[in-house]
Amino acid sequence: MNVLIDNSDLFITGFKNTGILFVISGFFALILGTVVAGMRVSPAPAMRAAGTLYVNAVRNTPLTLILAFFALGYPKLGLPDISFMTAAVVGLSLYTATYVSEAIRSGINTVAVGQSEAARAIGLTFMQTLSLIVLPQAFRSVVPPLFSVFIALLKNTTVAAGFSVFEAGAIRANLSERGEPLLPGLLWVALIFVVLVLGILTPLQRYLEKKWRVAR
Amino acid sequence: MSSVLFDVPGPKARVRNVYLNIATIVVVVAVIAFIVFRFYESGQFTAKKWEIFTFPRVQQMFLKAIGATLSAFAVAAVGSIILGILLAFGRLSDTKWVRVPCYWFTELFRAVPLLILMMIMYYGLPSVGVKGITPFLAVVVGLILYNGSVLAEAFRAGIESLPKGQREAGLAMGMSKGQVLRIILLPQAIRAMLPVIIAQLVVILKDTALGFLITYNEILFLANYLGSQGQYGSPVVPALMVTAVIYVGLCLILSGIAKFTEYKMSSRTRAVKIKVDTAG
Repeated sequence: MNVLIDNSDLFITGFKNTGILFVISGFFALILGTVVAGMRVSPAPAMRAAGTLYVNAVRNTPLTLILAFFALGYPKLGLPDISFMTAAVVGLSLYTATYVSEAIRSGINTVAVGQSEAARAIGLTFMQTLSLIVLPQAFRSVVPPLFSVFIALLKNTTVAAGFSVFEAGAIRANLSERGEPLLPGLLWVALIFVVLVLGILTPLQRYLEKKWRVAR
Repeated sequence: MSSVLFDVPGPKARVRNVYLNIATIVVVVAVIAFIVFRFYESGQFTAKKWEIFTFPRVQQMFLKAIGATLSAFAVAAVGSIILGILLAFGRLSDTKWVRVPCYWFTELFRAVPLLILMMIMYYGLPSVGVKGITPFLAVVVGLILYNGSVLAEAFRAGIESLPKGQREAGLAMGMSKGQVLRIILLPQAIRAMLPVIIAQLVVILKDTALGFLITYNEILFLANYLGSQGQYGSPVVPALMVTAVIYVGLCLILSGIAKFTEYKMSSRTRAVKIKVDTAG
């Protein structure tokens, strides 16, 4: 308990930055993932191919490598400077978007064929069918897998600690600088994650799952 | 794909699709061209930056690093599957004091970030006097604890998805509960869950890269080391490119094996289709 109280500044800043990383990356990942999912079911073969290529390439690359590229490689390219935080957000968004797109795509496949047939029968275009008819239904059945993706994102934010972002994963390095006991400090970090995942996100997932259950 | 969102294109739609295709290709080519151009402009393709990769010694270092990644992967994969089976048995046990701890074990280790687990092993334990923790050990134990818990859920879902008659028939023949689980249910569950298991193996392979952050000498660690060699022009970007190719290659080989086994399995038996998420 002492470690937590004596270094509450570290823990508060650390988890605040974890929260910022989580919310911003989650937001962009959701948007990008939905767009990519739309591309992967679109009528144009080139769009499908581009979406598939992106998903397969990024999903088979470790997150650590993607973050390493944006944190260590990007500054060498002579482009406008970005902060380590921004680099981490870009890396996490690009990585998580592939999982979001796969979750949404499997959700699109659960929507009954009759729905999109009916939409086409009344003259809606592909974009209208997708955005007005299919996606609103798909999002509901996608809640459980999407939440798993976001839980994974929350845990993945710790990897950014390796690339100069001060968040929950970096608390350890700062504790050791102050000469504080490491094991209790790390166990506190682990415990806070357990509370965030099992205490907040999982109950929220159950609640939304129940509330938005598709009646079929 | 089961649901089709568009009709067979007519003449108008075909023309529109041609435009869409061209637009997509233009955008994709533009993005790739921009990246390649930036790489070229900032001198990432100069011979000086790539020279280091032509040295036999550096190539040997890469082989060694790949070996380190693969050995951590192999040990962690075997360990995770064994731990997963044990935990799944535990969670299906009739005894409450076996079932409840196994439930909490899987829930807890799935909730803690893998990197924090590895840090607890590598930095936390030695600080209270535990000796002999190498980076390899920390990486492998972390991977086993996390992925074992994920696989336990997969095995459990697989076993519970089997028809009730399987278990009843086993018990009726006079087998013990353990025998039914081992001889009858587990082999079927593993077959049904094979796609999930292999997807999780790809996750293990990718997550070995976390070892970089706790000083395990794997591929990314080597890339970072080579990238800091000033006399060869600090080839960070080339080193990361080489690393990416190796990782994507290894993962694609593993995914290829997964597809092949899935195909073999589905052509031989009617595999039970169950959905378990493996968001890594």
